[in-house]
Parts: sequence; C-alpha cells; structure tokens
Amino acid sequence: MKPDTDLVPTPSQTVGPFFAIELTTVEHCVQCVAGPQAEGERVCLTFRVVDGEGVPVDDAMLEIWQADSNGKYNHPEDAQAKKLEPGWMGFGRVATGEDGTCVLETIRPGRVTQSASPQAPHLTVGVFARGMLKQLYTRVYFAGNAANEEDPILQLVPSERRGTLLARADPARPGYWSFDIRLQGDLETVFFDV
Amino acid sequence: MDSVGTRASARPYARPPEGSQPPSLYEPYRATIKRAPLKPLVVLPHTLSEVTGPIFGHDRVGESDNDLTCQHPGEPIGERIIVSGRVLDSHGEPLPNALIEIWQANSAGRYRHIRDQHPAPLDPNFTGAGRTLTDEHGAYRFITIKPGAYPWLNHYNAWRPAHIHFSVFGTAFISRLVTQMYFPGDPLFAYDPIFQSIPDERARQRLISKFDLETTQPEWAKGFKFDIVLRGPEATPFET
Ligand SMILES: [Fe+2]
Repeated sequence: MKPDTDLVPTPSQTVGPFFAIELTTVEHCVQCVAGPQAEGERVCLTFRVVDGEGVPVDDAMLEIWQADSNGKYNHPEDAQAKKLEPGWMGFGRVATGEDGTCVLETIRPGRVTQSASPQAPHLTVGVFARGMLKQLYTRVYFAGNAANEEDPILQLVPSERRGTLLARADPARPGYWSFDIRLQGDLETVFFDV
Repeated sequence: MDSVGTRASARPYARPPEGSQPPSLYEPYRATIKRAPLKPLVVLPHTLSEVTGPIFGHDRVGESDNDLTCQHPGEPIGERIIVSGRVLDSHGEPLPNALIEIWQANSAGRYRHIRDQHPAPLDPNFTGAGRTLTDEHGAYRFITIKPGAYPWLNHYNAWRPAHIHFSVFGTAFISRLVTQMYFPGDPLFAYDPIFQSIPDERARQRLISKFDLETTQPEWAKGFKFDIVLRGPEATPFET
C-alpha cells in the first residue's frame, strides 16, 4: 500500500551558463539521432534559438525525443503493435553556438498511432538555457505533411500560431530543414504546458 | 489490473502542485525577462510522446565517473564530500537506472568553462563534472569537493550560494529534471533570486541537502544527503 500523500517533485532550477562541461561535451552531445544506416527519410534539421529581442541565444541546450520511422518509441510504455528498428534510441542533445543555431541529424519519424486520433510525424523538444528556470517543451512538425491537418495536438493550437511548430524545408537542398525557437515576441514559438 | 497492452491511449503524468516549481518569468532573475515566453502555454494532454523518454544503459557511464576527485593525477584542493541519495517518483517508488549528471565550480568558486571569468584560481586536478546511474534501489553516490560560492552579474554584489548542478532522467521525457543542490545553512539563500524563484517555501527547502553523519566517513569526507523526486504517472482509481 502506497502512502496517500504523493511526494512533491523536486523543483527545477536553471541549467545556467556552464552546463557544457558535462552535458554537451563532445562525448555527451548526441547530434546524430539516426545514423546513415537508419531507415526513413533523412532530415538535417537546423534549430535557431532567439530571445525576445531577436538576439541569438548562444547558450541553450536542446534535447530531442522521437519515434523511429514506423512511429515506434524505444520505451516499455509504447504498446503499439509495431516493430522497433534495431538499435533505435530516439534521443538527441545539442547546444547552440554563437549564432544561436545547432544542427541535428535524424530521420522523419513515423506516425504515433496509440490513441484515438493518430499523431502526425513530430519531434518533441526540451529547451534549456541560462535565464530559464525550467525547461520549455515544444514540438517540431514538418511543413507540408498532409497528416498535420488531423494531428490532435496541432488542433489544440490557435490556428494563427500553428506555423511556429512547422519546420521548413530548404527548397534548394533536399533533406535540409530549419526550425526557429522564438522564446518571446510576436512570433513566439508555441510552448506546451505538460 | 491495467496493462499497457489494453490501453487506448497513454497514461497521463501527474502535474506538480501549484507553487512547487518556479515560474518562467521571475524578474529578480534578470535573464528571465527576455527569455520567458509571454504568450499562454498550450495545455497538452499527455500522449505517448510525453510519457516515453530515453532509457540509458551502463555503456553511458564509466566505472569511476561518480568520483570527481580522481579524474586527474593529483587530488583537487578543497573539502572532500560524499553526496548521496535516492531518485524516487512522486509515488515514492525508487527509480533504478536513472542517469544523473552533475557539474559544479571548484572549491574557489570557479568553473572550468571558457566563459567563467571569475578571477579565482582553476584547479588543475578538478574538472567538476560527473555522472552515474542509480542502482536497483534508486540510490546514487558521488564523491567530490565542496564547491565555492561565486559572484555573478545579476545585480550589485550578487553571489550564488554554493551549489551542484544536477541533471536527471526519469521514466518519461516530461519527468526530465535539471536542478541545483544547495548546502545547509548558506547565508546567501536570502539574496539569491534563482533559489527564491520557487514560490513555495517547503518546495524550496527540498533543494537543500542535509548533512548526514551516517554517510560521513571518519577522517576522510563529510556526507550530504539529497533525494530527488521526479514526476510519476497519475495514480488510477483502480490501482491498489
Ligand atoms: Fe552554477
């Protein structure tokens, strides 16, 4: 029998300016979520993080979590009747540079279908930085994907702000995508209360 | 009994009680002013994407990565300490195999980071970074040296209380926690907007480790206890 009163989760504190000595060292960064051998459409995704004045945030860390090309997560809670790609982890961790950008190499995930309404392909992103007392959560969807129209989470977002959750394809370079994370301002990225 | 296979959708996680987490915008911590979202967050019903998350194996952690005093030829300067505790979910269940990463200043209050310009000495025998996985009882242990307080530019004469940064992965991407562990009795708490940003006084106190005689090793190192609680799934009425 468990105690009636739940424990209160430990409060968050900012990651601060010096996390790179552990979290994003060369060994601990995970820039490549999916190697060249992974199945699925290859995606090279450039993130750009800016603050309320449009100034690049050069000390942010992004963590990424995503399903494989079939929409299957490497996690015991995933009960979808799908086979997980061998060796699939689905986790990424990158730090922004001086221009506020960082690059993630991955594949476009499949649709996650463990719910009444299947989700469109998306990446979940956690944003950490000095000046952020707790992480922010956002999602990256792929512009132009027909499944976006019926995605149950995108439908919760006011239509005029939905565009902030869409990665844009580079017309000149197939497979290259970009996604801006605006922490504040008119075009503020949609963040989720999870 | 509810089983994963019979569920139509993901089992949601409990939301932390009001006031137990800091807000995004806390003006006394000035860097939040341009980095906090000002538009309303969109409340997200938890899907599989939120309640799953990375699970790390022992390949991510070296044998002595939890001993920050033995990463160089010599011993670091400072007060040797043992920081230990358990990682639990909000139901009090211990979380085994949770990855904990820590980083900290040296005993003089200086980080081995290119942007740390505090004119205090670097210690050639101290990097200030470590990692470990919790054992089957959710327990972890680090050996390190006590970090020094350090100045920052938030306001006139601003000093951070001594702290160790903690990064912890739980069972879900939304139970992910980055925080800071403090030491009991620090006179700087009252002046530190990062510590003070947590509205609830009792929640705030949970970030302060406790001196612990039991884990203190005679003639060698003082022990401090720091338990970490991560968000867990909502209890279901069917659960006994
Ligand atoms: Fe710090």
